[in-house]
Amino acid sequence: MQLHTIWFVIIAIFWVGFFVLEGFDFGVGMLHTIVGKTDIERRVALNTIGPFWDGNEVWLVVAGAGTFAAFPGWYATMFSALYLAFLLTLVALIARGVAFEFKGKSQNPRWQNTWKWCTTIGSLLIPLLLGVGLGDLLVGLPINQNHDYTGNFFDLLTPYGIWTGLTLVGLCLLHGATFLKLKTTDVVRERSRTVAKPLGLAAIALVIGHVIWTRVVANGADVPEPVQILAVIAVIFAARLAISDQYDGAAFAASVVAIAATVGSIFIDLYPRVMVSSTNTAYNLTVNNSASGSYALKVMTVAAVIFFPLVLLYQGWSLHVFRARVKTPTAPDAAQASSPPPSATTTP
Amino acid sequence: MTNDLARWQFATTSIYHFLFVPVTIGLAFLVAILQTAWYRNGKPEYRRVTRFFGTLLLINVAVGVVTGLVQEFEFGMNWSTYSRFVGDVFGAPLAMEGLAAFFLESTFLGLWLFGWDRLPRRVHLFCIWMVALGSMLSALFILAANSWMQHPVGYKLNGAGQPVLNNIGALFTNPTFLWGYVHVILASLVTGSLVMLSVSAWHLRKRREARAFALTARVSVLVLLPAILIQMFVGNKLGEIEATYQPAKIAAAEAQWNNCQPCSFSIFQIGGGNNDQTPTQIIEIPHLLSVLATGTWNGSVEGLNELQSQYQKKYGPGNYIPDVFIQYWSMRVMAYLGALIMLLALWGGWLVHKGTLDRSKWFLRFGLWAVVTPFLMNTAGWLLTESGRQPWIVQGLLKTINANSPSVTQTDIWISLITFVVIYIALGAADLVLMLRYGRRDLDQEDGPGAGAGTAAPAAPALTY
Repeated sequence: MQLHTIWFVIIAIFWVGFFVLEGFDFGVGMLHTIVGKTDIERRVALNTIGPFWDGNEVWLVVAGAGTFAAFPGWYATMFSALYLAFLLTLVALIARGVAFEFKGKSQNPRWQNTWKWCTTIGSLLIPLLLGVGLGDLLVGLPINQNHDYTGNFFDLLTPYGIWTGLTLVGLCLLHGATFLKLKTTDVVRERSRTVAKPLGLAAIALVIGHVIWTRVVANGADVPEPVQILAVIAVIFAARLAISDQYDGAAFAASVVAIAATVGSIFIDLYPRVMVSSTNTAYNLTVNNSASGSYALKVMTVAAVIFFPLVLLYQGWSLHVFRARVKTPTAPDAAQASSPPPSATTTP
Repeated sequence: MTNDLARWQFATTSIYHFLFVPVTIGLAFLVAILQTAWYRNGKPEYRRVTRFFGTLLLINVAVGVVTGLVQEFEFGMNWSTYSRFVGDVFGAPLAMEGLAAFFLESTFLGLWLFGWDRLPRRVHLFCIWMVALGSMLSALFILAANSWMQHPVGYKLNGAGQPVLNNIGALFTNPTFLWGYVHVILASLVTGSLVMLSVSAWHLRKRREARAFALTARVSVLVLLPAILIQMFVGNKLGEIEATYQPAKIAAAEAQWNNCQPCSFSIFQIGGGNNDQTPTQIIEIPHLLSVLATGTWNGSVEGLNELQSQYQKKYGPGNYIPDVFIQYWSMRVMAYLGALIMLLALWGGWLVHKGTLDRSKWFLRFGLWAVVTPFLMNTAGWLLTESGRQPWIVQGLLKTINANSPSVTQTDIWISLITFVVIYIALGAADLVLMLRYGRRDLDQEDGPGAGAGTAAPAAPALTY
């Protein structure tokens, strides 16, 4: 395999990893006001992702920075073309990022309410906008022979892109529900199961629609790729297991596969292109015409081989350390927990 | 106009980002020191101050991280021509920063924050050191990238005239990088220790928790003093390096229009804008510019007029002189504030030696307010570095005027600029409210979370959020 192909795969892995990991905390962010009716219950939901979300977000950063290093042409065109979409994404990332840290730091109801909504809306907007962006890479944007974008903001809102965004939002919601079911107890877990029913059905419909639409857009073989069949099977399993009273781990594993296969399929259909030009296929950005030189790619490969396994190791260790369910404190605890220092208990 | 707006946006967002970065780097290191002391002596007040300053660190990291995301995206959004041109070289350290530093910092921050009571004490201590290491590593990679813009090395030009990486080692042994990196780390330690000193001084003046905050005041002075003393030397050395590779930057910092040998340094001047070649210089110190720029008593410094005609011969017509007003004054703001901080640190060091630091009314009063100075000093330092590189975005290779995104309109940049300014003001206000509130809060009680970390079976970890 050529180096630029290896780097295309690495960048696809970063995006897949980002949606698998940050996907569940987007889901939890969107759902935390639904599965949590009281402040304590909402905090239980948010604390399931507390130790992880910041590290999960770095997957997006390395997807961006990795693209910059390995495919400067792709990075330059993508980020300048999706200008206002990325601006909105940044706003959402900022609001949501500080909301986790800031919300509990004051008991003022208006303060708490503001950050609660920042978490919810931010968690919705980010996968939606990034999904639109990923869909646009494949369906094509007006790009000229200099690889510069020639459209405006509304040209970014392609129907396929929007459907891809909605599909990712749907998958993140289901993924969040299976994560909450795995990581909480009692009433929060029950509500996660309840809400998983409509979410599961919606996710199945969105994924099947996405698979069909991708076949049309990708104008290759009419037969779905194996990975797309996998996505459909996995989302059905995830939806079914999510409403069951058991199989918490299996349900979560199924939603991992569903989201990974869906994001992965976009990149599989994209290759060897990285951005399609709707103006003229001759203006497509490809792994060939947008990649860095072989020396730079070799250096990056060495860096990835050294650091990436380490990242997997300590992120895995973090997931292991905080594997216990977050338990909702009982009434006397709750009274105590509402005033700092808060406390709650967990069970292994 | 589009280019100017893009520059305003980059300057605004990166200056803002760098208000938080040095606090993160400095405080992470100081909190790690406090926790190490607690690990070794087991005294409860060490745990309590670790948690106290850890909270301030977390509030600050939250803003530092999200404003860093903006920087990461902004290269491609506003500077696509630049990104396409330099990605082969510049992208590598940026991607390494993500892989080696950001993952480390953020994963271990989560482990540290949620790991009180959950992790064995030794492992928990390891986590805060990994946070400190991660923050210092991220500065390392981004400065390697930035230094390449100041003094490009380790590349060759391909057929299209684009720089292509051919020696990664050169990026990390670039003299501009080596001295610049140490300069930034020391500035961060100065910033972090002045934040800690200020908070400690506030509590000591109120005579609350005097024992614990006398301890943190001492620790902050003991970090501040060597940091600022070494910084004076390192800053001077960096000036010499820049005078070698970017002579216009240093000539402009002294408003030195004509060649000189030996060269004096003016304390203040009146006038001295971009077109004023004969400012009234007040109190000139003979030989000082020669020493600063060349490290020798009688060194010669080329004037801006000479450099301009050399550059025109080499690169064609154009203006190759950076904004003299910005250079001259940012140099002085940085250097004078640095000198004031050094005096404060020497005073503090002497009081530590006498054992009266926590009772010196005047020192505590100055220590409380000195927290403003590092932020001004750091900002001035970056203005000196970045404005002094102009008109180049990459010295000698690409001009800033040719580097922005052709597809991005003026309206786009207005929208994003206003959005960022509004959000950053709100963010700054929220951050300030929290820093003031948590900086003036009492310490946790003895039985708070973390009291028994590692001593009992891991039970009852907190709902941290």
